[in-house]
Amino acid sequence: MSDIVISLDRVNKWYNPTFQVLKDCSLDVRKGEVVVVCGPSGSGKSTLIKCVNALEPFQSGEIAVDGVRLREKGVDLPKLRARVGMVFQNFELFPHLSVLENLDLAQLKVLGRSKDEARAKSEALLRRVDLAAHAAKYPGQLSGGQQQRVAIARALAMDPVAMLFDEPTSALDPEMVSEVLDAMVELAREGMTMMVVTHEMGFARKVAHRVVFMDRGEIVVDAEKEEFFAANGNERARVFLSKILGH
Amino acid sequence: MNYHWNWGIFLEPSPEGNGTYGQMLLSGLWMTLQVSVLAWTLALCAGSCVGVVRSLPSAWARRLSDVWIEPLRNIPLLVQLFLWYFVLPELIPETWGDWLKQLPNAPFYNAVVGVGLFMSARVAVQVATGLAALPRGQMAAGLALGLTPGQTYRYVLLPMAFRVVLPPLTSELINTIKNTSVALTIGLAELTARARAVQEFSFQVFEAFAAATLGYLAINLLATLAMRLIERQARLPGYGKA
Amino acid sequence: MFSNFDFGEIWRALPFLFLDGMRFTLTLTFLATAGGILLGTVLALLRLSGGRAVSAIVAGYVNLMRSLPLLLVIFWFYFLVPYVGQWVMGAPRPIKVGGFTSALLTFTLFEAAYFSEIIRGGIQSIPNGQAAAAAALGLTHAQTMRYVILPQVFRTMLPVLLTQTIVLFQDTSLVYVLSLDDFLGVASKIAQRDGRLVELYLFAALVYFAISFCASQAARRLQSRVAIVR
Repeated sequence: MSDIVISLDRVNKWYNPTFQVLKDCSLDVRKGEVVVVCGPSGSGKSTLIKCVNALEPFQSGEIAVDGVRLREKGVDLPKLRARVGMVFQNFELFPHLSVLENLDLAQLKVLGRSKDEARAKSEALLRRVDLAAHAAKYPGQLSGGQQQRVAIARALAMDPVAMLFDEPTSALDPEMVSEVLDAMVELAREGMTMMVVTHEMGFARKVAHRVVFMDRGEIVVDAEKEEFFAANGNERARVFLSKILGH
Repeated sequence: MNYHWNWGIFLEPSPEGNGTYGQMLLSGLWMTLQVSVLAWTLALCAGSCVGVVRSLPSAWARRLSDVWIEPLRNIPLLVQLFLWYFVLPELIPETWGDWLKQLPNAPFYNAVVGVGLFMSARVAVQVATGLAALPRGQMAAGLALGLTPGQTYRYVLLPMAFRVVLPPLTSELINTIKNTSVALTIGLAELTARARAVQEFSFQVFEAFAAATLGYLAINLLATLAMRLIERQARLPGYGKA
Repeated sequence: MFSNFDFGEIWRALPFLFLDGMRFTLTLTFLATAGGILLGTVLALLRLSGGRAVSAIVAGYVNLMRSLPLLLVIFWFYFLVPYVGQWVMGAPRPIKVGGFTSALLTFTLFEAAYFSEIIRGGIQSIPNGQAAAAAALGLTHAQTMRYVILPQVFRTMLPVLLTQTIVLFQDTSLVYVLSLDDFLGVASKIAQRDGRLVELYLFAALVYFAISFCASQAARRLQSRVAIVR
């Protein structure tokens, strides 16, 4: 199928011969689709999403992004990663660069855009996440929520075909979660292809197309949103849901 | 103490025939400065490369960096200078060895290379420490944007690592300056050597050493101020408060 | 390139190298380390708990020593000590001081500055609660230092002190400039007498490396053990 942007096919990963973190994980993300990945901590969901842009190696199976297979010989990893945006749990802005420079860097060094072109793109994106006034500041001068919105803008500056979010709100103070989720919801509604590891079930209900539930390295449930939240779902998923929704 | 002080000695002509004792000391000061700057440049360049290798995830890379660092750290600088100056020319093919021996200013080049490499081991350890202190996610973030590992080091990791280790690098710079004095043993006419020469010609030991002491304090002050300036330039608003 | 390398030369030199040279080097290292740590501790205590004037003087001394090349300090003391001795003993002219005594005094006084900084750092790293707890038990300030703070400092700082001792061991080679018979001095004299610089300097480098490397590995192991205890 041509509209599959991310496809994982029986991905297996071991940290050492005795500890398997990913077991036969298969998953497709179509163009414009928002897939939420959830599960208890240690279930392998962060590892899974890091495999998609080859930040984590895996030992068997195959992952293809926009038709490019990761384990193929001679694959240009930097080029592939430039096509997929990633947002990290701890923001990972570059502290020695201003907000604007954080957005410019990869546009200049990876995409080879001109300085003016990059600047225009960066400024437009900062306006979009409502941070144009902070362009000259350094990451250390921003709140966590603002930093994460800059990180989203930084990823979008590369015009990615898909966005990966690795627990984007779990390092944030509670009062800052919503500003980041709002930016993500907006992105989803604009039709961005997204794979999101998160515990925010409100976000999943609002914009996800599908929800994937992982446990002990396996994909246990991969269902349409309505089906996932229906009362008669998978036992382990129900226990997990009641736990995180319970408090 | 029955020592005959004569602070006017610096204005008296030296028996070398070209200037005063004061000028002798100044020429030594200038030599110390030149060797220090060049040796420090070499130490920074080589040390950064080795430090990067040391920070790589592979155990082989770490071992490789040890092969560089351990000999330089565990052999006295004086012995290292003797190895470069007396031993190296004998171990390489004869024509090269002869060329080395006839090199004008051989003590100067030997001092730069010897002190520079000696200090590169210390710089390497500092740079590797700085790189290790950065959050692991920074590398991942650089790669995720499509930067190559080389670009990630160049634009993301090293600029931060150097900021982290600026204070210890300042004391390594001071150490470099102090260590250039060891090169007097291979005939480098640097500040301590010139002070010693003044003492031998004039017998005014303490005036000569006092002047050299002030010279070192002045250079160290200069180096410290320069590094402070760099530290202030490199300071990041809001960084490190969390 | 090693075609005319004469191993016999080293073999013949071994007795002088080790029985004279290395014995001198190790004696100087151990005595200067002991003296340096002792004096360094006193300096650190004076700096932390002496009056303002005392701690300023100590700080001045420590910083001066730490900003001068050891070689210059060796020359300073070599020429200064006879005059100081004359003044102290009221002798009619500068007293004669042997090379070893001069070197030992130099290294002790010089390294004391470095050791005092290590110990001062160690004292400051002990949580304030320790001194408070000791005071609450009725210990005097001196007793607190002696029985509570310093034992902890020496324990945690042991690897760093050892590392500094390795530096001192390597630095003793600088007495070469006084033509003393330390390990390098002996090697150098034999090298020049026999025209065998390659053999003797390479061998000297190897011996210094072996000793320093083993000692620094021990320091590293000690460091990890101390780290676990803390």
